[in-house]
Amino acid sequence: MKTLAFASRNSKEILRDRLNLTFGIGFPVVLLLLLTMIQSNIPVVLFSIDKLTPGIAVFGLSFISLFSGLLIAKDRSSSLMLRLFTAPLTSSDFIFGYTLPLLPMAILQVAVCFAVAFFLGLGVSINVVLAIIVLTPAAVLFIAIGLLCGSLFNEKQVGGVCGALLTNLSAWLSGTWFDLDLVGGAFKGVAGALPFVHTVKAGRAALSGNYSSIFPDLWWVIVYAVVIMVIAILVFTRKMNSDNT
Amino acid sequence: MIAIQTINLTKKYKGKIAVNSLNLTIEKGELFALLGLNGSGKTTTIKILSCLTKPTNGDAIILGNSIISNPIKVKELVNVSPQETAIAPNLTVRENLEFIAGIYGSGKKLSKQKAEDIISSFELSSITEEKAKTLSGGWQRRLSIAMALISEPQILFLDEPTLGLDVVARRELWSVIKRLKSKITIILTTHYLEEAESLADRIGIMAKGELKAIGTAYELISKTNTKRFEDAFIALAGEGGIQI
Ligand SMILES: Nc1ncnc2c1ncn2[C@@H]1O[C@H](COP(=O)(O)OP(=O)(O)OP(=O)(O)O)[C@@H](O)[C@H]1O
Ligand SMILES: [Mg+2]
Repeated sequence: MKTLAFASRNSKEILRDRLNLTFGIGFPVVLLLLLTMIQSNIPVVLFSIDKLTPGIAVFGLSFISLFSGLLIAKDRSSSLMLRLFTAPLTSSDFIFGYTLPLLPMAILQVAVCFAVAFFLGLGVSINVVLAIIVLTPAAVLFIAIGLLCGSLFNEKQVGGVCGALLTNLSAWLSGTWFDLDLVGGAFKGVAGALPFVHTVKAGRAALSGNYSSIFPDLWWVIVYAVVIMVIAILVFTRKMNSDNT
Repeated sequence: MIAIQTINLTKKYKGKIAVNSLNLTIEKGELFALLGLNGSGKTTTIKILSCLTKPTNGDAIILGNSIISNPIKVKELVNVSPQETAIAPNLTVRENLEFIAGIYGSGKKLSKQKAEDIISSFELSSITEEKAKTLSGGWQRRLSIAMALISEPQILFLDEPTLGLDVVARRELWSVIKRLKSKITIILTTHYLEEAESLADRIGIMAKGELKAIGTAYELISKTNTKRFEDAFIALAGEGGIQI
């Protein structure tokens, strides 16, 4: 009950910020349209819609990190936090209260990406539903990254880390824009150690009906999601109990 | 019955002592004013008693519960109006109130009912649907205080509640406080001495983190051999203040 009351406030704070909606839904959709347009004007296949859509969906999720990070950083710097920390909320109330509203938003965002892709020629099939399910651990991962950044950094830093760094990492190191095998070397090594390319690969495998290749890529995402969530909870709880929130 | 008892309550911030070995007992239903110059440790005391910060040493028992071993229970029983206005900016006045009722454990229906009651007793009905961030400072302040009351706390901490309120709003808040008096325990800090004098049952004066004196306004005046409460306050709270 307490968690739900807190979650409901958080979703209001996020949804009432027009900029959030514009970026979170609008930006990935625009990219999808743009790249498809480019594709239709060049002879070689660079961005086929079935390869592109999971990548753009993952890129879009990085905005979810930005929203959650900003909300928490803002809360931490405001005197509202004094009020929240004197309320009988446990740290799990806080974590769930911040996570719950973001999860449906993230899944909706992914679904919107696929809906737009239908208009751009993506085949309608049950695999789309599977792809959305496969991308759900990634949604949790990006929310956890937001929680962690929001607990560690101030608003401006969250803007830099989640808004600039993370969006770029999730774009360049995901194998969406170019095949990582073409670059190879250390770049490919770094990308392979991070979860983004695995997320996109798992999403593509689900979408193409290539079920046997969803794992082990999905394991990477799940393990990253769990580990970062645990770290986020620890850091948040520490902050909650320290003198300087 | 005792509402609050502190035992050698101490808070140090990186070697600086903010609250020093505070021993204080406040009875249930009492309105206690905590006075002192800037930086004397009033807000820190309230932060410790409301479980926002942990004491470096000592303990406090709030209605039978230790702030150290049972903070969640304490948090359910108390509420705070912080020195700085604390509201959710993107929520309306009504939503802010329902939100606080909710995080203190009321269901949706009960939260709505409680919000309705507070709106009428704080005369907020003309602004219920306005977003909190668009209100004037004084109205935000009123909302912030209303948010402290909506959980129906048994102990209420008001840290400089009348700061930034106009004369009428201040009088209105006084009458709200008077109505609450004796029903719940209230700990109030203020820099308006007449406020403490007219509202409080007892007054404690802090200086440099220590409790210098405690008693009714009349007792403090007679103990310091002064004529007015302001003179008594200066004698006790100022530089080189006397110990009684
Ligand atoms: N988070 C903190 N870190 C370090 N020092 C702090 C912190 N909070 C308070 N202090 C110090 O503790 C002392 C007491 O501060 P406190 O806020 O309790 O005073 P106060 O009596 O409420 O003053 P005011 O009337 O100005 O509100 C001050 O010296 C202050 O600088
Ligand atoms: Mg203060």
